[in-house]
Amino acid sequence: MQYALLVQGSPYSYQASHSALRFAQAVVRRGHSLTAVFFYHDGVYNAARLAAPPQDEPHLYDAWAQLHREHDTELLVCIAAALRRGLMDERESSRHGKAGHSLEPPFILTGLGQLIEASTAYDRLISFSP
Amino acid sequence: MTGLSGGDLLVILRHAPHGSSWLKEGLDTALVAAAFGQRVSLLFMGDGVMALLPGQGSGPLGQKGTQPTLQMLEMYDIDSLWVEHQALLERGLNDMSLSVDATRIEKDAISRLLAEHTQILNF
Repeated sequence: MQYALLVQGSPYSYQASHSALRFAQAVVRRGHSLTAVFFYHDGVYNAARLAAPPQDEPHLYDAWAQLHREHDTELLVCIAAALRRGLMDERESSRHGKAGHSLEPPFILTGLGQLIEASTAYDRLISFSP
Repeated sequence: MTGLSGGDLLVILRHAPHGSSWLKEGLDTALVAAAFGQRVSLLFMGDGVMALLPGQGSGPLGQKGTQPTLQMLEMYDIDSLWVEHQALLERGLNDMSLSVDATRIEKDAISRLLAEHTQILNF
């Protein structure tokens, strides 16, 4: 079965991201395919490339990236929700005249249309919200 | 309540305006889905019913008001609007006129409304 996830919780503030990640790992372990994870609302903070949690805590950012590396899962971030929260890739950063960027591949800035696409194209879309 | 209509996507709005961005980001999702050709319904539940009170302009902190977005729903052919009757009663709002034409729905009918939609998103 083809799964997509919607993640709306800020990492480390709420359980939502942790639960989403564990669900994602279970999906692929069971032989299903996890096609895309869409980050919206405060979930976009999962894509912050500078995240540096203490070493004895789960590293959510690295775990998402690993999911992409090993299973080709697309990591899609709503651009409107991301920009207003200070998350932007190099292209948006220079467009807005900023000195650095806070988001990079495998996380991809995209529109809400991709979430709608995910909700229709795949067998299941599962939401994780605080 | 009659004529429970189905659709492709039911967007459930459970937060009041201004205090968080849930309502705004939920409505944005509904509009984008409609623009992508989905048949979209909205269900205002719990504190979300407060979005339907008239006069939702921009807040004192400079947040955008949701009223203009609600007025745009018709333009996007989103006309299946539901409001949880019990939530209006609990908040003493049942006698207020609502800013858009939403049909009151009883608690026990909500499960049927959910079942009539292919996809549900909660905000």
